Amino acid sequence: MAGEASDRKPFISKKIDKFFKGLADAWNFVKRFWQEVFLPPYEFKEVIHQCYRIGVESLPLISLTGFIVGIVFTNQSRPSLSEFGATSWLPSLISIAVVRAMGPLVTALIAAGKVGSSIGAEIGSMKVTEQIDAMEVSATNPFKFLVVTRVIATTFMIPILVMYTDFVALIGSFLNVNANELVSLSTFFVQVFESVSFLDIWSSVLKSLLFGFTIGIVGCYKGYNSSKGTEGVGRAANSAVVISMFLIFIEELLALQIVNAIRGM
Amino acid sequence: MSERVVHIRNLHKSFGDLDVLKGVDLDLFREENVVVLGRSGTGKSVLIKIMVGLLRQDEGIMEVLGREVSTLSTKDLNSLRLKIGFSFQNSALYDSMTVRENMEFPLVRNIKNLTKKEITYRIEELLDAVGLPQTINQMPSELSGGQKKRIGVARTLILNPEIMLYDEPTAGLDPITCVEINNLINEVRERYKTTSIVITHDLTCAKMTGDRMAVLLDGQFKAMGTFDEVFPRATDQRIKSFYDYNFTET
Repeated sequence: MAGEASDRKPFISKKIDKFFKGLADAWNFVKRFWQEVFLPPYEFKEVIHQCYRIGVESLPLISLTGFIVGIVFTNQSRPSLSEFGATSWLPSLISIAVVRAMGPLVTALIAAGKVGSSIGAEIGSMKVTEQIDAMEVSATNPFKFLVVTRVIATTFMIPILVMYTDFVALIGSFLNVNANELVSLSTFFVQVFESVSFLDIWSSVLKSLLFGFTIGIVGCYKGYNSSKGTEGVGRAANSAVVISMFLIFIEELLALQIVNAIRGM
Repeated sequence: MSERVVHIRNLHKSFGDLDVLKGVDLDLFREENVVVLGRSGTGKSVLIKIMVGLLRQDEGIMEVLGREVSTLSTKDLNSLRLKIGFSFQNSALYDSMTVRENMEFPLVRNIKNLTKKEITYRIEELLDAVGLPQTINQMPSELSGGQKKRIGVARTLILNPEIMLYDEPTAGLDPITCVEINNLINEVRERYKTTSIVITHDLTCAKMTGDRMAVLLDGQFKAMGTFDEVFPRATDQRIKSFYDYNFTET
C-alpha cells in the first residue's frame, strides 16, 4: 500500500523527496569522510600523488589567470582613482581586493572547473567500470583510497594555490603600475603589506581551506554516486563543477559576513 | 564427497519492484567448477556480488567457507574477500596504473612486510602463468580485451584465493580468444586448486570449463547437472532454445 501511495505522488512531491534524499546522502558522505580520515591505514603516498596532480598541474592555468586578473583589475581601477588624483592608492586597493576576495575566489573557481570536474569524471568512470568494486573485493577501502586522499589534497593545496595566485596577481598589478606610475617594486610591496592585515591573510587561508574541502568532497561525492554509464560520468563531472561553484559563492558570502563582524569588534 | 565451500539456500534479492533472485539454492564443493547460465538480466552477476558482500540479500542463506556473508563485520568480510578472487566482466583494471601497479595494489595492501624483490617475483610469476610477461609496464589502455581479461585474472590470483568468481569471462571476445580464456580458467583450477563459479551465457565456455551447469530462469535454478544432463535433451523450451541458439543456429 505504501508503495502504491508513493507511486501516486505528484511530480513536485517526488522532486522534493529526491532533493531531501540527496541532501541526506551528501550529509552521510561528509560524515563518512570525517569518520575515516583519522583511522588507519593512511594512504600517504596517494595523498602526495594527488597533491602533485592538484597543485603542480594547476600551476600554469592559475599563473595565467592570476597574472591577467592583476593586470586587468589594476587597469580598470585606475580611471576611477585618477578622477580623485588617487592613483598612488592603487597598490593598496589591489592588494586588499586580491588578498581578501579575488585571489581565493578566482583560484577556487578555476580549481572547481579543473580539479572538481576531473575528480568527478575520474571517480565516476571508475564507478561505472567496476574499478571501485574491484578495490572493495580485494579488501581495500575504496572510500579511503579515492575519496579521503583527494579531499585532503584539495583542502591543503587550494590555500597554497591561493597564496600563489595572490602573489602572481600582485606581480601583474605591479608591472601595470610600474609602467604607468613608475613605482618601484619595493615601494609597491611596502604599500601592499601596509594595507593588508593579519586578519585578511588568515581569513583568506581559512576560507581557502573551506573552498578546497568543498571542491574535493563535491567532486568525490558526485563521482562516487554516478550511474548510467558514460552519460552518468559526464553528468557527475558537470554537476561537480556547478555545485562546487554555487557552494563557493555561498561560503564566500558567509565568510565575508563573519570577517566583517570580527573586524567590527 | 569433497568439502563444501559455498552453501546457498532460499536466496532472495530484489531491486525496487523487480524480484531478481526468488529462492536460489546451490552448493559448491572444493575444486569444482560450476557454471551459472542464464539470459542477461536474470541475476547471475547479482548472485556472485552477494557472495563477496558487494550486495546484500533480502532473505536466505549465503555461506562462503562456512561463514554467513551478510552477518560479517567489515574486518571479517575483508578477510573472507582475500580468499575469493573476482574477475570482472570488463576486467576492471585500474586505468591510471600500469599492469605492475594493478597487481601490486592488492598485494601490498593485504600482505605486509614483503620485499620489493618478493613482490616483483610474485607479479612476474603470475604474468608468466597467464602468458603476458611482456605487458608488465603497459597501461591497461594499451592492452586488447583478451589481454585485459588475463591480467584481471592474474590480479585476482595474486592473493592466492581459494574461490574464483568469473563474471562473463568471454563476453565481447573473438572465438579464438574465448577458447584461450576458457583454457586459462581450467589451468587456474589445476595449478592453483581453486573452486570456481563461472557466470556466462556462452555455452562453449560452459561446456569447456564447467563440471556442473546451473541454469538460472525466473530467479531460480531450473536445471542443474553436467552439460550433457542439462542441455542436449532439455525438455524445458527455454533451456532448449538456449542450447539451440548457441549450437545449432547461425
